[in-house]
Amino acid sequence: MNSFGQHLKKFLVENIRDYAMFLALLAIMVVFTVLSGGNFLSPVNISNLIDQTGYLGVLSIGETLVIVIRHVDLSVGFLSGFLGAVAANLMQFSHFGALPAILVVLALGGLAGLLNGSMVAYLNIPSFIATLAGWMAYRGALLLATRGMGTIIISNKTFNAIGNGYIPDIPGLKNFLPGYHKLTLLLGIIAVIAIIYSSIANRRRQIKRGFEPLPMDMFILEMVFISAGLLYLTYELAAYRGISWTLLIVLLVTFLFYFITERTVLGRHIYAVGGNPEAAELSGINVRNVILIVFTAMGMLAGLSGVLFASRLQSATTTAGTMFELYAIAGAYIGGVSAAGGVGKVINSLIGAFVMQTLTNGMLLLGVDVSLQYIILGVVLAVAVIFDVATRARVR
Amino acid sequence: MDTPLIELRNINKSFGEVQVLFDVNLSVKKGEIHCLVGENGAGKSTLMKILSGVYPYGQYSGEILIEGHPVQFHNISDSEKAGISIIYQELSMVPEMTVYENIFLGNEIKKGTVVDTEAEIQRSIELLKAVRADYIRPSSKVKELSVSMQQLVEIAKALSKNPKALILDEPTSALSEVESENLLNLLTELKKQGVTIILISHRLKEVMQVADAITVLRDGHTVAYFDRAKEDVDEATIIKHMVGREITNLYPPKIAEPTDEIVFEVKNWNAIDPKTGRYLVKDANLYVKKGEIVGLFGLIGAGRTELGLSIFGNPYKYTVQGEMYLHGKPVHFRSPTEAIRNGVFYLTEDRKERGLILIDSIRKNISLANLVAVSHGSILDDAREIDVAENFVQNLSIKTRNVEEKVLTLSGGTQQKVLVAKGLFTEPEVLILDEPTRGIDVGAKYEIYTLIRQLAKEGKAILLISSELPEILGMSDRIYVMGRGRITGELPADKADQETVMTYAID
Repeated sequence: MNSFGQHLKKFLVENIRDYAMFLALLAIMVVFTVLSGGNFLSPVNISNLIDQTGYLGVLSIGETLVIVIRHVDLSVGFLSGFLGAVAANLMQFSHFGALPAILVVLALGGLAGLLNGSMVAYLNIPSFIATLAGWMAYRGALLLATRGMGTIIISNKTFNAIGNGYIPDIPGLKNFLPGYHKLTLLLGIIAVIAIIYSSIANRRRQIKRGFEPLPMDMFILEMVFISAGLLYLTYELAAYRGISWTLLIVLLVTFLFYFITERTVLGRHIYAVGGNPEAAELSGINVRNVILIVFTAMGMLAGLSGVLFASRLQSATTTAGTMFELYAIAGAYIGGVSAAGGVGKVINSLIGAFVMQTLTNGMLLLGVDVSLQYIILGVVLAVAVIFDVATRARVR
Repeated sequence: MDTPLIELRNINKSFGEVQVLFDVNLSVKKGEIHCLVGENGAGKSTLMKILSGVYPYGQYSGEILIEGHPVQFHNISDSEKAGISIIYQELSMVPEMTVYENIFLGNEIKKGTVVDTEAEIQRSIELLKAVRADYIRPSSKVKELSVSMQQLVEIAKALSKNPKALILDEPTSALSEVESENLLNLLTELKKQGVTIILISHRLKEVMQVADAITVLRDGHTVAYFDRAKEDVDEATIIKHMVGREITNLYPPKIAEPTDEIVFEVKNWNAIDPKTGRYLVKDANLYVKKGEIVGLFGLIGAGRTELGLSIFGNPYKYTVQGEMYLHGKPVHFRSPTEAIRNGVFYLTEDRKERGLILIDSIRKNISLANLVAVSHGSILDDAREIDVAENFVQNLSIKTRNVEEKVLTLSGGTQQKVLVAKGLFTEPEVLILDEPTRGIDVGAKYEIYTLIRQLAKEGKAILLISSELPEILGMSDRIYVMGRGRITGELPADKADQETVMTYAID
């Protein structure tokens, strides 16, 4: 038992950077649950919270890559709003179907990102300025696209389902576990099994390679925590209406970007350019291409964010996208990306965005005054970054 | 018995669990040049950071005495008040500010509440004269000065505080031989004016030239002290103390002869700075044969690095003219990517700034320039990558626990080996090595040299760029000398000696 305590202490000390955010999230959730008399953890609220995170989460993922290569993209908030309005226009006034409208918007987003990237990569304009120009221009474009009348109501049901609908359940099981979404339960259990299986396989590989793996007790503890968290989330979702289309899309996008950043040559190039651009160049990496690709991906994610937000509101409004870029950047920093470049994980940024949204949602639920909400968000962001800097210094 | 000006007694210092200094003693007499020597990681810089208050009182154990009185420095300004000024290896100046602004940075001369610019400029002129640099204009921006001029400004800045003792950490590491010589003369002169100097240096030749006393550190211990007024000491003895073993040969013997097959050649090669129109390289002609080690010697500013970079796909976008041939066929590389693809690799002189990704692991650094070889399609194969890295770790005896270790934590010599491994993994035919042993200790140098010999034996064509003459003479089959962008001489190794090569270099 004593060695368990020692292991735990060593583990927490060595990995505090990775786990602090999860512990903080847990603490925040406990506080809100207690203060709200349990309302915070009601299935409907958790489900809402996740859907609200979607349109910010995808932006946080994009900003993560942009910040990793030592840049920033301020234009994506209003770009997201503008592209949402473009989608609304296409469907309401040009008789586009949902899918064609979405594809057009994603392509436009990519183009806008490419434009930002070109200014940065070829003209060496600081990304802060290049994208600040976009911030202004897209804000104007958004006003133009909503034609001054404020709101375009979207009537396309397929499109609106993205932000408000849920995946269908397994048919023909009406009497089994009534009140729960069976497919969600099934997917949740499969995910837990897959994670445990791949973690064990990974641990075996480490041992075979002669690397020092996590002590067995810590490994089990980690698995228990992850499984418990995932299963609880699954239960919450299943008890409401199951996995929403938004959640499904965000999970797919996250997995895609996780895979690209962690497992592909392109991902390695992105981190290399962020870690040391000169060394990357002298290693034969085309730094300009990497910048272009990252900004283009960011632009496409802005398009996706616009779609998610417009479909959730079932309308395009003049204020859509306001401050999204700043929330997304905050989420990425809470998730631990480094402004010095080369460090940052997309999944952590998604969780970071979730932390931001949890705070907003919880404070709203408790009826905290809006002025106080902003102050608290500011303090949390500052604390997160101070913590990050402090632990980084200690590691060094 | 005179009281020493500075005395450090039984200094112990740890970083976390790692102890880096063990009961170190140092005693510096007034008015002497005291050299502190030791391999990288011996603890020299740490010791000086304790003396200058960077590591404040309380973070170490032991005593500091200035003129016999115990002192406690809590920060740098404490040590400056006690008369100690330190000049670090990395110069710390604001490039966009002028010389006089830098000299008085943090120490401004004021008239009321405003800065007295006139007085600062006047005083700067005097100080620059004192460091024999009256050709530097106080109103020039520091970024317009060469490294050696910046160093003189740094010394002028230190003198502005009227120090009793001046500490210089590797001041000549970025200087050419002539510039180093001038700096050493200046130090001798300052000594005559009564300034005590502590000099940290790798270059033993310089140490022998100026030192009145020498303290040798090894692995955090004081292992030897020589007062040269009483007993002189030779280089070999000092090296023996530094490394704890006798190094009989600084350079490994040749193990193979070069072939006659010319692998790589440039003709009428020019590289021009597009901003100023200045020729960085002019009319260069050179070739390298299979299995040959060709030395390229030049002082700082001779255009050696620019030549290497302009060949290697020209990443810094000079205007390049001339012809390049690989196995007799004309080639043209538009980027480092193309150069690597064609079997040419350039190993940078600046491993930290341009060579390695310090926050990444050994594994990721080694594979970086040839990720195609460790991936299927564009998906990385971790297992392959780890195998590759482990192979290099074994073959180049890279000292590390495992390949996941971050490069940041490795010593200079080990980092250099990782950089070499990265270059070798691209399987180059032509390897351009730019200062491959800069800033690494004697033992690691020998290992790098052995490796270069081995690579030549395997048939690589090697261009060894260096500003260390003994290295060029000790390693090369053939030598080119550069001066002011031109190749000023070409000599076979057996016809070359220090004087001849240097004559071409300063031509």
